[in-house]
Order: sequence, then structure tokens, then C-alpha cells
Amino acid sequence: MKLKLKNGEEGFFRVLMFFSTTIIVVALLMIIISILYKGLPVLSWAMISQVPAGGFYFGREGGILNAIVGSLYLAGGATLLATIIGLPLALYINVHLVCHRRLVNGIRFVLDLLWGIPSIVYGAFGFALMSYFGIRVSLLAGIITVTLFIVPIMVRAMDEALKVVPRGLLETSLSLGSTRAETAYRVFFRQCLPGLSTAVLLSFGRAIGDAASILFTAGFTDYIPTSLSQPTATLPLAIFFQLSSPIPQVQQRAYASAVVLVFIILVVSILARIMSNRYQKHKINF
Amino acid sequence: MDGIKISIENLNLYFGKQHVLKNIDAQIPTNKITVIMGPSGCGKTTLMKSLNRLTDLNPEAHVSGTIRIDNEDILQTKDDITLIRKKMGLLAQRPYPLPMSIYNNIAYGLRISGRRKKKILDRRVEHYLRQVSLWDEVKDRLKEPAGRLSIGQQQRLCLARGLAVGPEIILADEPTSALDPISSQAIEAQFNILKKNYTIVLVTHILRQARRLADHVIFMYLGEVIEQGPATQVFENPQQEMTKSYLKGMFY
Repeated sequence: MKLKLKNGEEGFFRVLMFFSTTIIVVALLMIIISILYKGLPVLSWAMISQVPAGGFYFGREGGILNAIVGSLYLAGGATLLATIIGLPLALYINVHLVCHRRLVNGIRFVLDLLWGIPSIVYGAFGFALMSYFGIRVSLLAGIITVTLFIVPIMVRAMDEALKVVPRGLLETSLSLGSTRAETAYRVFFRQCLPGLSTAVLLSFGRAIGDAASILFTAGFTDYIPTSLSQPTATLPLAIFFQLSSPIPQVQQRAYASAVVLVFIILVVSILARIMSNRYQKHKINF
Repeated sequence: MDGIKISIENLNLYFGKQHVLKNIDAQIPTNKITVIMGPSGCGKTTLMKSLNRLTDLNPEAHVSGTIRIDNEDILQTKDDITLIRKKMGLLAQRPYPLPMSIYNNIAYGLRISGRRKKKILDRRVEHYLRQVSLWDEVKDRLKEPAGRLSIGQQQRLCLARGLAVGPEIILADEPTSALDPISSQAIEAQFNILKKNYTIVLVTHILRQARRLADHVIFMYLGEVIEQGPATQVFENPQQEMTKSYLKGMFY
């Protein structure tokens, strides 16, 4: 009797897990298939190699190169800036503050809060900063806003990699006469390189995919920006504007833009995997 | 104080409100193996870590008393703490190789001390790997990650890495507890050779290991030093009841 009950329970959870997995996989496939179905027929070389020509938004010639390059500039710049801020912070929490548990938990809590704030709020905050400092809508303003938005994500992702480093490795490094900074940048950094590189690329993915934070800050333009002070187009906003158009050809181009965006994110994810495997070499498995 | 390397006087250590080390007075003789033994949780490891001030890591730790190394009080010293730590090589309960190649594991300590010439590094790396009889096993794979060595080899690598910094003291915290019997023997044999030039402090709860290696013994129980003295005296003719029953294996 008891065994029967146990088997029933096992069966129930197996079915439950199967359905949960299926829902996720099917949802992902549907998103990709629907984008490809609607976007691939319109996707052409012209679309990814040209900036919008006159009348592009009425369905005439041109492409979204402005948005592709703009997005890469923006996400690349923001990721670079976020790494410069985030890496030292993540190392500091895990090497210098490792024993100040309350302080570290406080910092983690703040980062989690920041992570939870919707990106539109970052956009509004960035906009407020801009008007305070008198900066106009520009690539620079967009990069700063997106940096604020992805720093918490990057630091927490790095933190997850760093916090599993055993205490013994810290003690070992210190007892060899290293300072904390040497321990952080020569030992912890190497040990966690796979996790750290994944964190950077994860943040890049978030940066390139976000529309709300750059809506007021980066602006939109038909040209490829040539300096930080010019406004820039981005893929998420290109999708947004094209999809809001009443003209069917333009709406279709939104899906083609989505294909490009998803492709970039896919490439970045694959790169993340490859890099994380490559840097695995010296990692010690404790 | 001739022949005494480390002299501990009236050492008290608290973690928060917990009194971990109580009025410790102990002498550790130069170029001998001093074994700190006692049941688990008696403060052996904490005592050892307070010697190279790894206890500083814990913000709740509060230390008072004196620890004199070569007549310099390391608890009060104005010297850079990294200089004190370089005087002591640490061998932990399990090997912690650095996440880099075998070669760089040894060269790391030399490099952070400012020795960067490849010729010198090469010679030093070989010297210290030979000293722990690891050279023949790894000479063709110096560029390989240290993590690929067996646990026993890793522990010998860690010993060599510690020696490369040029310490005078070796602190070993149950260094064979993760190792197989043959690797343990290798480490023990190393200690017997190394004691000619180094002062070795060995924490162990393995009584037989203590008997095999010790020249000098410190027996601890619940944060206090119960008995200390030359190994022959403590093992053959213990003065305290507690020591007698511990040696008979009545508690661990």
C-alpha cells in the first residue's frame, strides 16, 4: 500500500516536471519560429548593410545598419564600463570583505534590489541625470544609463562565481605573503575566469536587448553615430518603431530586425560558452 | 631564550563572546618538530593560525597577549603583515594549489617578492621541486595546470611553494588528513629532513603520527594548554591525568 503511494507520488512529479520542461522548450521554439517565419522572408542583405533611405518608414529602400551598429556600440560601451566598475566591486566583496558577513549581505541585498528595478526606471533616472548635467540625448547618455542598469546584474553574476572559492585558497594566498589585492587579481580572478567571462557576456546580452532604458537617453537616428555625443539608433527601438507602423511591409521589417537581434544574442551566448570552457583549464576543482 | 623560535605568553583569543584560546603559554623550539595535539575543537588550528595572523581575517576575533618570533612581538609589530606571513609556510588540511601551472605555483611567491628573472625563477623552481622530491614526476609537465596532479603530489607542490618564499617556520595543519598512506609517508619523511633547517609546527589529531614525528609536544584541551615538553617526556612520562587518558585513547 505504502509502496503504491510512493510510486504514485513519483509518477505525479515526473509528469509535472515533464510538463514544465515542455512548456519552456515549446515557448522558446514558438518565439524563435514565429520570428523566423515572419522575419526571414523580408531579411535581405540590403536590410543589414544599409542605413534607412528616405521613405524607409513608408516601406521603401534602406536597412537597419544604423540600429545594428548603434546597438553594438551601446552594449559594447556599457559592458566595458560596467566591467571596469563591476569586477573590482565583485572581487572586493569576496576577497576584502569576505568575513564581514553582514556588510556583504547588505551589499548583495542592495544589488538585488537594483537588479529588480525595471529598466524604464533606469531610463527615467538617466534622463533626470542628463537634464541635470545638461547632456543631450546621445550615445554617451545611453551608455551611462545602460551601465547603471547592467552593473548589478554583472556584479551578482560574478559574485555567484567568486563566492564558492574556498576559504583555504584565500588563506593559502595570504600566507604566501600576497596582499589582498594580489590575491584578488592573481588568484581569485584566475580561479573564477570562466564564471567572470560568462557574467560579462550575460550582461552584454541584457544590455543589447533592453529598450526601455535607452528610450529617453540614446534617442534614435537614421545615421550611424560618429561620436559619443550623437544620438544613436538601437535594435530594440527599431523593432518598436517599425512594429508601431500601420504599414504592413514596415511591420514585417520589425520581425527581420528581431531576427538580427536574436542572432546577435545567440552568437554572444555561444561565445560565452566557448570562453568559459577555454578558461576552465587552470581552474582547480575543490 | 636560546633555541626558542616562537614564544607565546598569556595568549587569549575570543571569537565574539566565545573564549577560544585561554591563557596560552607555550614555547616552540628552533629547528625541531613541535606537535600540537588534542581532541577536535580544542583550538589547535586557531592557535596555529594566530601565529601567522590569519585570525585577522575574522573581524570578530579579538586577541591579547604576546607571540614573540625571534623576540619580535608579531601581535604588536609595525612591520607589514605580509612580511610576517612570508616567514611562515602554511600547509593546509587539504592541498590548495593556485589556479595556474605547476611552474607558476612555485614561481608565484617568488614573483610577488619581486624576483622576476626567468633564469633565477627556473633554477629556484627546480630546486624546490627537487627538495620535496616532486621534480622527477613533473619535470616534463611544468606547464600543465596544477589541478591535474594527484592529491598527494598537490600537497607536496604546496609544500614546495611554501618553501620557495624562504620561510623559517613551517606551519602544517593536519597536512596528511586528505592523503593516502604513501603520500602521507612522503610528507612525514620530508618533515624529518626539513627540520634541520626549519622550525616545524604540526597540528595533528593522529596520535601515532605525533609519536613518529614529534620532538616537542603541546597538548591542548578545550582551549587550554594542558601539558607541554620534550616528546619523550610527554609520551613516556606525562604529568597530567588528562594527558595520560588522552594518550591511552580514552577520548578524542
